[in-house]
Amino acid sequence: MNFLFPVIVKRTGFALLTLFAISILIFAGLEALPGDTAQAILGQGATQENLEALRKELKLDLPLHTRYATWLGDLARGELGNSLSNGRPVTGMIGWRFENTLVLAFSAAVVSIPLAIVLGLICALYQNSWLDKLLSTSTLSAISLPEFFVAYLLIVVFVVQFELFPSVAILRPDMALSERINVLVLPCLTLTLVVLAHMMRMTRAAIIGVLSSPYIEMARLKGVKRAKIIFYHALPNALAPIINVVVMDLAWLVVGVVVVEVVFVYPGLGQLLVDSVSKRDIPVVQASGLIFACTYIFLNLTADVLSILSNPKLRHPK
Amino acid sequence: MTPDIKPEIKPERLLTITGLEIEGRQDGKWKKVVKGVDLHLNRGEVLGLIGESGAGKSTIGLAAMGYAREGCRLSAGNINYLGKELRQAPESELEQIRGYKIAYVAQSAAASFNPSHKLITQFAETPLAHKMMTMEQAKAKAEDLYTKLFLPDPAGIGFRYPHQVSGGQLQRAMVAMAMACDPDIIIFDEPTTALDVTTQIEVLTAIKEVVRKFNCAAIYITHDLAVVAQLSHRIMVLRHGLCVEEGQAAQILDAPKEKYTADLLAVRRQVKDVAPPKQEEPLLRVENITAGYKNGPAVLHNVSFEVFRGRTVAVVGESGSGKTSVARVITGFLPQTEGMVYFDGIEMSPLLKHRDKDRLRKWQMIFQMPDVAVNPRHKVKDIIGRPIRFYYNPGKKEIDRRVSELLEMIELNDKYLDRYPSELSGGEKQRVCIARALAAQPELIICDEVTSALDQLVAEEILKLLQRLQQDLNMGYLFITHDLATVRAIADDVVVMYQGRVVEHGPRDDVFTPPHHDYTELLLSSVPEMDPNWLDRVLETRQKKTA
Repeated sequence: MNFLFPVIVKRTGFALLTLFAISILIFAGLEALPGDTAQAILGQGATQENLEALRKELKLDLPLHTRYATWLGDLARGELGNSLSNGRPVTGMIGWRFENTLVLAFSAAVVSIPLAIVLGLICALYQNSWLDKLLSTSTLSAISLPEFFVAYLLIVVFVVQFELFPSVAILRPDMALSERINVLVLPCLTLTLVVLAHMMRMTRAAIIGVLSSPYIEMARLKGVKRAKIIFYHALPNALAPIINVVVMDLAWLVVGVVVVEVVFVYPGLGQLLVDSVSKRDIPVVQASGLIFACTYIFLNLTADVLSILSNPKLRHPK
Repeated sequence: MTPDIKPEIKPERLLTITGLEIEGRQDGKWKKVVKGVDLHLNRGEVLGLIGESGAGKSTIGLAAMGYAREGCRLSAGNINYLGKELRQAPESELEQIRGYKIAYVAQSAAASFNPSHKLITQFAETPLAHKMMTMEQAKAKAEDLYTKLFLPDPAGIGFRYPHQVSGGQLQRAMVAMAMACDPDIIIFDEPTTALDVTTQIEVLTAIKEVVRKFNCAAIYITHDLAVVAQLSHRIMVLRHGLCVEEGQAAQILDAPKEKYTADLLAVRRQVKDVAPPKQEEPLLRVENITAGYKNGPAVLHNVSFEVFRGRTVAVVGESGSGKTSVARVITGFLPQTEGMVYFDGIEMSPLLKHRDKDRLRKWQMIFQMPDVAVNPRHKVKDIIGRPIRFYYNPGKKEIDRRVSELLEMIELNDKYLDRYPSELSGGEKQRVCIARALAAQPELIICDEVTSALDQLVAEEILKLLQRLQQDLNMGYLFITHDLATVRAIADDVVVMYQGRVVEHGPRDDVFTPPHHDYTELLLSSVPEMDPNWLDRVLETRQKKTA
């Protein structure tokens, strides 16, 4: 495994560099927006004098690079600053919401990843059969619908028609595990439907790609049964592309759930981000943006490492 | 029934194929690729199937296992193995026979072993599936077979992954895998074609041993008559999905009835008359080249040789000997760390990007695989016309005229102008590649294994064409090859390379007549000859030498 260490060090270095670049982009991007926090807080009727005073108080009058340097310095010390709209520390506002987002993403991942891979394998096993076509068509339809539409559709069926689950997914600390699960079912199902097709089709394509290799023909000529060929001979060699798609979808589950959180009024990071953008609460937006970026970068790093580990040539060098 | 096999013992008939027809799907229609072939196989017998690519020999070999590749179907005939009909047998029944009673050895072991699993797990798969052995027994059996097949470290080699074992060793490990269940029949599908001659001889010996010791039967598929001569009792010559001729090995080799068989036999006997040495300044001089790839050890050490106008230098050696690296240094892809390349007495910059267009024009290359060396989306006239436009840019009319002229030079005609590469045969594609090289009006052409992807008869035509072009245009050729028959057919001078060094070099007849350097000796003696006793003879002399 010692060959892995330099790879991880190198990739982590690149990851930090990317993160630095992203921090500049986030900072510059928010600067470029019309209006600023002072304007947002005081509203349309604010006088020029009031605006100046508030800007001074919030240190918005300092030059751009000075503010960026201060922000970066605070960041390095784990200091995310205070919210501009209510003055509370950003860490406190983000912490529990991020946890909620992770819980939702994790439960969606636990359901969708194994399901997608197994369905993908089944599609590859019964390639071009009615089952394969049915699965492809239905998952593709699910992915073609916008996620809020899928969410409302589920609400119509499972909340309005059958009254099985709540339509609003609010988590309270005093909830039992079964209640929490009950609340999470619909958002989780929505997310699963959205990411399933991706992973399933990639699994199917990767397996089918491998199936044309000479070693698969060899396995058939050795009398190996078809199911064993798919699971034992094809899957280990198709892992790298599957891992990459799975991780991309994982990242999406964390970062891209904004709409789903809003529909189900789920108190996650996505909702906070949407609220903060409308309030021009720049420290919160910056911190959320950075957290999303970190998630992406970390998951991609994981994908790289796993892809390397799935390759026997790299795992067992000559 | 045959003079070789003693008539008093009635041989056990294992396999009978009658009236076999196989169809392949082409442009949505089923087209016959095998058009009614009969064959039979007795225990203890090796049947050689020979023919050029597209003759249907692999397809027939696979059909003997009741298997048809994707896009093919066994459309008619009977495949009878010990009374069982395999042609329309259900998959579940075939799984009971494949690998267990009839085993297969593929052309490229490197591609046919699963890269994700150890050799031993792949070896044990079939015996375990049939509950023939426990894992421990399978390991013991593997070790025994690995020893019989002269593999190094027979106890440990099974625990390696395919990429950790060399090509020749993998090929033998695959023979061992086929032997795992003591099958009745083994199908060998070109098992030595991808190997160097020096490795081929080891694998051939191993196969011969195995068939003799285990008293199984084998079908040996190859395009190389000399190889099949060493192993087979009977030979069947196939062409376009039909049997041309079948008979005892000695009869086919000594007295072929059909012209096609005779042509196949003649190919390897072509010899070029060596041109007299020239006294002028060499066209290309490679002087003390040492080079290596990034972060790696040097792959070339002090390589020197010269190429003269109108003459051909063949660089020979097995894979890994550095012969392709030499070409990469000369063309500027691999800058040397020491030494110098001179063209017409002028020093060449080691880096490609520092060389001017006119120098680049004077050296052209022809590659091993014509299939991948041409852009499949370009028409023939664009492929050949492009270098003319790039180097001379004489205007559209003149380009068209030149392209027609070039097509004539390579013995094709204007009908080919608008064709795409997919509409050409392998030989025609290679001709187009030659025309593309000629379009630049080069003084030196580097040919990297240009005939090794082609059938023998086609390859012979290409070699003749190259020779005629050399005489007409007075170009120098640098011919990289591992095939000594090609060297005999085309070279004036020979450079023998081994482990990145030139071990012998000079006019062809000098290098090919003893005394040789040890490696040249090994290389020369490893080239299969038509004589069926060649393999035994070589092994005998080698044993004597080591004793």
